[in-house]
Amino acid sequence: MKYYIMVLCCCVFSWSQGQDCNSTLSGEVLDFHDGTPIINAVIFIENLNTYTTTDVNGTFSINDLCNNQIVIEVSHLACETKSLDVNIDGDTFLKINLEHHIEELNEVNVKGASGAKLTKTSQETLLKSEAIERYSSLSLGDAIKQISGVSSINTGNTIVKPVINGLHSSRIIVMTNGVRLQDQEWGIEHAPNVDLNTAGSISVIKGANALAYGGDAIGGVIVLKPSKISLKDSLYGKTIISGQTNGRGYNLNTSLTKTYKKGWYIGAQASTKRFGDFETPDYILTNTGLESKGFSINGGFKTFEKGFNVYYSYLDNNIGILRASHIGNIEDLVNAINNQQPLVIDDFSYDINAPKQEVTHQVLKTEFYKRFKSFGQLDVQYDYQNNQRFEYDIRVGDDRDKPAVDLTLKTHTLKTSLKLDAKDNIIYKFGVNAGYQNNFANPSTGVRRLIPDYDRYDLGVFAISDLRINNNINLDFGMRYDFVQIDAKKFYITSRWNERGYNSDFSDIIIDEVGTQLLTNPVFNYHNLSASVGISYQLNEFSSFMFNYGLSNRAPNPSELFSDGLHHSAARIELGDLRLEQETSNRVSGTYNYSNKAITLNIEAFYNHINDYIFIEPTGTEQTIRGAFPVWSYNQTNAALFGLDISANYNFNDQWNLNNKSAFIKGRDVSQNQALIDMPSFKTVNSIGYSNKKWLDFNAELQSELVLRQNDYPNNNFEVFIPTTQEMVLVDVSTPPPTYHLLHLQGDVTLDLSKNTNLNIGLNMTNIFNTNYRENLNRLRYFADDLGRNIMLQLKLNY
Amino acid sequence: MKTLKQLSLILLTAIVFTACSNDDDAVNPEPVNEEEVITTLTATLTPVGGGTTVTLKTQDLDGDGPNAPVITVSSPLTISTVYNASLVLENETESPAELINEEIETEDDEHQFFYQATNDIATFTYQDFDGNGNPLGLEFTLTTAATAGSGTITITLRHEPVKDASGVSDGDITNAGGETDIQAVFPVTLQ
Repeated sequence: MKYYIMVLCCCVFSWSQGQDCNSTLSGEVLDFHDGTPIINAVIFIENLNTYTTTDVNGTFSINDLCNNQIVIEVSHLACETKSLDVNIDGDTFLKINLEHHIEELNEVNVKGASGAKLTKTSQETLLKSEAIERYSSLSLGDAIKQISGVSSINTGNTIVKPVINGLHSSRIIVMTNGVRLQDQEWGIEHAPNVDLNTAGSISVIKGANALAYGGDAIGGVIVLKPSKISLKDSLYGKTIISGQTNGRGYNLNTSLTKTYKKGWYIGAQASTKRFGDFETPDYILTNTGLESKGFSINGGFKTFEKGFNVYYSYLDNNIGILRASHIGNIEDLVNAINNQQPLVIDDFSYDINAPKQEVTHQVLKTEFYKRFKSFGQLDVQYDYQNNQRFEYDIRVGDDRDKPAVDLTLKTHTLKTSLKLDAKDNIIYKFGVNAGYQNNFANPSTGVRRLIPDYDRYDLGVFAISDLRINNNINLDFGMRYDFVQIDAKKFYITSRWNERGYNSDFSDIIIDEVGTQLLTNPVFNYHNLSASVGISYQLNEFSSFMFNYGLSNRAPNPSELFSDGLHHSAARIELGDLRLEQETSNRVSGTYNYSNKAITLNIEAFYNHINDYIFIEPTGTEQTIRGAFPVWSYNQTNAALFGLDISANYNFNDQWNLNNKSAFIKGRDVSQNQALIDMPSFKTVNSIGYSNKKWLDFNAELQSELVLRQNDYPNNNFEVFIPTTQEMVLVDVSTPPPTYHLLHLQGDVTLDLSKNTNLNIGLNMTNIFNTNYRENLNRLRYFADDLGRNIMLQLKLNY
Repeated sequence: MKTLKQLSLILLTAIVFTACSNDDDAVNPEPVNEEEVITTLTATLTPVGGGTTVTLKTQDLDGDGPNAPVITVSSPLTISTVYNASLVLENETESPAELINEEIETEDDEHQFFYQATNDIATFTYQDFDGNGNPLGLEFTLTTAATAGSGTITITLRHEPVKDASGVSDGDITNAGGETDIQAVFPVTLQ
């Protein structure tokens, strides 16, 4: 043993003695993307403490190096510093690629600088984590309502569907961590099943210009992105706890992330919330509680050149629906409308009874990307989603605890995209999407299926280019084609089949006859074409213009095609139509932006012409054994929507600022020359803010929210005979509620607990004066007032 | 490492495509026959002391479908007569027809029938009660007016009414609330 060690020592000695210290290390430093030389990059040899810089050709050389292993560090002002192990064995030549795009670097690994917008020429607003955290206990729809031009259509106060420039449901795409949310978004009382707390930033893109996400987003795209991962050895997290008076509930959200310098990372997040019955100024809204539980895990490897990500999220929402909104027939509806208070008001309770919804949503995503030198980036992603929806109605007998709706929606999506960014001034992106979806309606409910069993296949291809003409002008073009096939198996009651006239047009799709029902197999194919052109022009240091045109097609969704039956909470019979065609939207928009140190002003105007716009409207009444019901049918018309969204901010000084957000929209049914139904009314939000860094980073804001009465609405009122009173009465389902004005106050301070830990304490008061009001786009406005005063205390611990 | 990566990619694609091949493709979904539907309500009015039995019937065989219920009244009512009346509720979408009365009797505290007549042609008295002593109304008596005429009789079934609200136990529907499960209007003549 000794002998061997001696030999080894001798060898090492003689080798080090005999090593040649005349070697030269030379090389060139190139841009990863386009292969152009990088000038003035610094080459630093750590163990020798020598350095040099690259010349105009990007080349360098260092003389008199010993044959040995050395570590060199290559850095450049606009690049990510790179560390390399180099083995010197005689004259050595190195080719080093540096990443030269600062803005992309931000996307890759700079935490906190997540300010990058997804589009350059679209009407896009970005909400950062602070703006999202304030809404931690609420829903996605509530959070993005702070953007001018975004409103919501509600079923109560916990089922909130976002409305972008007057359009909602399947006209809006919600992307969460790269996955297009598939959660039966078609139904008006189906809120997006996503936990706001999983998002680090939210982008709202108005209109269908973000073609990479889909071609059918006539209304817009909402993109939720997780927080950025930093490439360093670190462990950090955040916990938010809040409690509030209205609903007497709490919300708890916590997350922890571990990152490694080499690029590995893993993070987990969990949240839970529970609320009891919410309250108006005068009474309790019985059975409006909410119970929500969710968690997500996110892990992977991320470097500039390659990486992968695995993500899983689980969310379970149990939502109570106002007891008083469950009614029997048109007479009950008239009673409910004429009564100023709901007909059922019980004592406060955390119980969630029927009618209620229980929705579970799971997302599993795997993603892989690789960058190729002087070429671009390839991305491959597969995701699977499972959405399980139970809706419990008030039922009798043995069926009491059975859901009335039991739907399982499974979606598989595979997508690949290729981004060519080798050239500095032009970026191309190509992509292919393929998806398969299966909806299963469980027959054990004992209630005829609201939505039938169906398979949906889709295939999409797109090409997008981003062109920078010069420092002031950006242009982009995009094209997309989508093929959609819906293959359904749907039962129709024979009398309904004949009444709709399907017996003459669709007799070939009948595959079976069971008693009084027909089993049909409708198969619909849709070819959707979308395109987008945009230009942005920086006029001067302060102001810029953007102009955009988007064409998009949307295939009718399953509820528009297949709805057929009684909808309890609305006391109406809803009928879909197999004859519906795709919608075609042509949207033009222009934006003017001005910003200097004191003033920020953003004005967005749009005009959206939609051919074959699908909407639901009253078309008569039907007599059943329960009495009369109004019938609402899906119909098509040509529509025009136009409006103006303004957001403005004025800073008096470092402490005081004024803020305004206003949105005006008009929706016209061009064919019938009347107003479109369900259009948001004019809304203006004005606030005055004060902040002082010296007082524990104190911020306070007083907000005034004014919503004017919607005076432009179609009159769909009708008269009906009420047997119990023996008179004809007017059923007023159209007249919008009056103008309302609310005041809100919020404030927060931040305490530094240690170098890396701080505690933010926030107090939030909404509807300070406990004002009674009803919102036109709340489906439950016929039955009860909206929420009264709420005081919320929020503790946010960053560590 | 590289082969591992390629392998995992191939595996992933395999999962995707096998996952896409559907398992229950060829099987047709089974039909749902609504269990809670009430298609038929029959009121049988038997005159106390003998005479012609009168039936009032409403039948809606397509449930919430487009066809309106068919209403039949077997014969005119006799003036100044007390009728013993009983109701039968059925779901005729099932074969044999399901009797709904039992469900209502089991949950009698959550149901109540209401009767109304126009032109004062008749008055009604409850004959059956739930466990709390509140009226149910599957059994009742109908007393016709002393003068001939015509009008309508309306029978309404409310689910989860507020039985202790003012007037409800006397058969006044005004403050009853709840949801309407049945509402049938029968045109009758009195002679």
